[in-house]
Amino acid sequence: MDQHHTDEQKFRFQGTGRDLQKKLLTGWYDRLESAADDGRKVAYLFVPGNVAEFLRVFDFELVFPEVNALQCGVRKISGDLILKAEDIGYSPDVCGYVKNDIGMMLAGNTGPSGHKLPKPDLLLCTYCGCTTFIKWFEALAHFYDVPLVMLDVPYMRSGELGKDDRDYITAQLKELIPLCEKITGKKFDHDKLKTIVGHSREAEEIWVQMLHAAKHRPSPFDAYFEAVFFMAPIYVLRGLPECTGYYREAMKEIDERIEHGVGPIPEEKVRVVIEGPPPWPHFRAFWEMLKKWGVCSVASSYSKVGGFWDHGFRHDPDRPLESIAEYCLTCYTNLSLPMRTDLLRKYAEEYSADAILIHSVKSCRSFSVGQADMRDQFTRVWDIPTLLVESDLADPRYFQAAQLRNRIDAFFESLEHKRLVQA
Amino acid sequence: MTFEEQLEEYQRIIGDVSFPTVKKWKEAHPAGKVVGMFPVYTPYELAHAAGMLPVGLYGAGGMVEIDHADSRIQSFVCSIARSTLELGLRELTKDFDVLWFTSICDVARNLSGVWETNFPKQAVRYIHYPQNMGSPAARTHYRAELRELVTMLEDAGGRKITDDAIRKSIALYNEQRRLCAEVYEIKRNAPWILSTYEAYVLIRVGTLMPVEDHIPILRSAIASIGERKRPPRDFVRVILEGSFCEQPPLELLKVLEESGCAIADDDLLLHTRWFTGEVPEDGDPLGALASAYIDTTRYSSVRHYGPRSRKAEFLKKIREQNVDGVIFAAPKFCEPALLDYVLFKDELEKAGIAYLGFEYEEKMGVFESIRTQAETFVESVMFFS
Repeated sequence: MDQHHTDEQKFRFQGTGRDLQKKLLTGWYDRLESAADDGRKVAYLFVPGNVAEFLRVFDFELVFPEVNALQCGVRKISGDLILKAEDIGYSPDVCGYVKNDIGMMLAGNTGPSGHKLPKPDLLLCTYCGCTTFIKWFEALAHFYDVPLVMLDVPYMRSGELGKDDRDYITAQLKELIPLCEKITGKKFDHDKLKTIVGHSREAEEIWVQMLHAAKHRPSPFDAYFEAVFFMAPIYVLRGLPECTGYYREAMKEIDERIEHGVGPIPEEKVRVVIEGPPPWPHFRAFWEMLKKWGVCSVASSYSKVGGFWDHGFRHDPDRPLESIAEYCLTCYTNLSLPMRTDLLRKYAEEYSADAILIHSVKSCRSFSVGQADMRDQFTRVWDIPTLLVESDLADPRYFQAAQLRNRIDAFFESLEHKRLVQA
Repeated sequence: MTFEEQLEEYQRIIGDVSFPTVKKWKEAHPAGKVVGMFPVYTPYELAHAAGMLPVGLYGAGGMVEIDHADSRIQSFVCSIARSTLELGLRELTKDFDVLWFTSICDVARNLSGVWETNFPKQAVRYIHYPQNMGSPAARTHYRAELRELVTMLEDAGGRKITDDAIRKSIALYNEQRRLCAEVYEIKRNAPWILSTYEAYVLIRVGTLMPVEDHIPILRSAIASIGERKRPPRDFVRVILEGSFCEQPPLELLKVLEESGCAIADDDLLLHTRWFTGEVPEDGDPLGALASAYIDTTRYSSVRHYGPRSRKAEFLKKIREQNVDGVIFAAPKFCEPALLDYVLFKDELEKAGIAYLGFEYEEKMGVFESIRTQAETFVESVMFFS
């Protein structure tokens, strides 16, 4: 039996996650493109605090503007779109996602995959930590001339889930029912909501298994560079049976890697926790800078922006609306800075990380303000080596490759040196 | 002291980052507590009802070099956040016992977290204001939020705060707001008698002293202004938009006025004109503050205004003030102001109203470029529109 044949038998599921996801997301964009033709209604909302389960009761098709923006970044078309928005008066200093989205709309609203995107019938601003979300949807309401509906999610200021906060969100969801019924002509169905929430819960279970798999040595997958792709279905297709099916299949790929002791890089030398969104327009280049040092991310905060399940929370079919409210409250974007700092420190411990890497992006003050202070806490109080680098999540102008490489090389070189000395 | 000399004195107080009026108050009230209020609007009434001194925390106004704060907050963040933290790290805010930040933007929110970590002896609260004004549940939730603020102050001060005390504070702040509105009325109707620069100093000093001391200052100022004999001047009437949080340098206000702009209305120190009517002085005081916030406040870029329309209110303000144009002055890096600029200017273009837009920073020292822009704007409005 030759080596190639042996590998084929050993690795039957590699690439499953990527291929199946491509198929699912293409199907989703196809549905969006044809929505207007057969009268399906479209809701725009954000990934953090997305109440997909609730909207799926009314069969809304869902558009997530920041998913379009990040995909434009990956496909390297965000730079031109951002300039289009700046042409109509947007400042170079405001969020690149917002400008990318406005630029895309001005250019005819063709999405990153080449699909034409539908106009919103409902603009539901799931305000979940990021105040720029409000400004973003106010702009969309202005340009599309569509009313904006708020879902106001109180910020988590302590680790406790407050009853007042949960009640406020569930009350808002109940108040939203008549409007959704009016737009779609479909009645709210509590049993249907329970079924949808049940699908979400199943997918969440497997997603958490996948995240926890990174505790293995070597980690079977990169919990930042790979997780940001594996997470797409749980954020944009959650509540649908195909989303649960996706995680069942993708988990086979991860299990297979664990079985054979392989990971995303040939040899795992340094395990890191990564904080902050990726530089989407230079995603590959950034990853390569780290791969060179044998760096594998074992946990990340960005993979939790649209939901934080790995410490136990699940959507609950027995308390559908209440659990949706709790989901909104606990998304990473809605956690206070001290809570975020503490979570990253815990990750470093739980996942046996050697260092923390903070990718600070100019666009997103919600993420970045306070990250320098976080670094100070990690290094001074907890003695965790921490590197902070800066670029952007959407605007390619802020990615200074040489400067980033220098800082990354210097950091990992000194980490390597420290290990040699200690050995 | 003449009114003009008094204004000079107030300006000196505003520019002194050692908070001399707070120090003086602490000396007179050794057990008294000071509550720092980050802009834009904060319920000063609650701190006052607790017998504490609420103090506006508006950054350093370019009076200190950003040195220590640089290692905590990145350079692409607005000056007010960085300079406020700098004041803390230089121990200039050590007389403050409680700090309140509010849900105006992501920077203010995260600053509250940085503060919590770096100054564990001070009690910090990030206030969540309702953003879903159309929801009946927002009222209940915000009232509960106010109740938590009261509890926080009770813990800090070691004594209960009665409803009656809050009602009395509401009455005092109603009076302060009424007098501030009167000052604005004067500068709107006769800008040659009272400039925006002067009105600003007069009102800003009130954020640094007990409201009981500020009310007589406003009363006496209004009387003095009435006696001023100054000939009317030709102005281009404008409204100033975007300066609701980080304070523009005083020099910038002077430059705009010297260039021929009369600022009929603005969003400076907006907390003193936040409510469009009086907050009820009877009944449930927290309910009254909550309802006032939801039903009777002005629009601002730092809150969602739906189901009411901010653009409609903006255009209404322009019509009512009978202005010739709008000046958008946004602090550098201020997302709420910079993002709204595009929407508001769109409305002006549709309505054929002139506007000028520029950015400022609290620490800027050269104003020639802004002077040239403002003079050109004034000329274009006077001669071509």
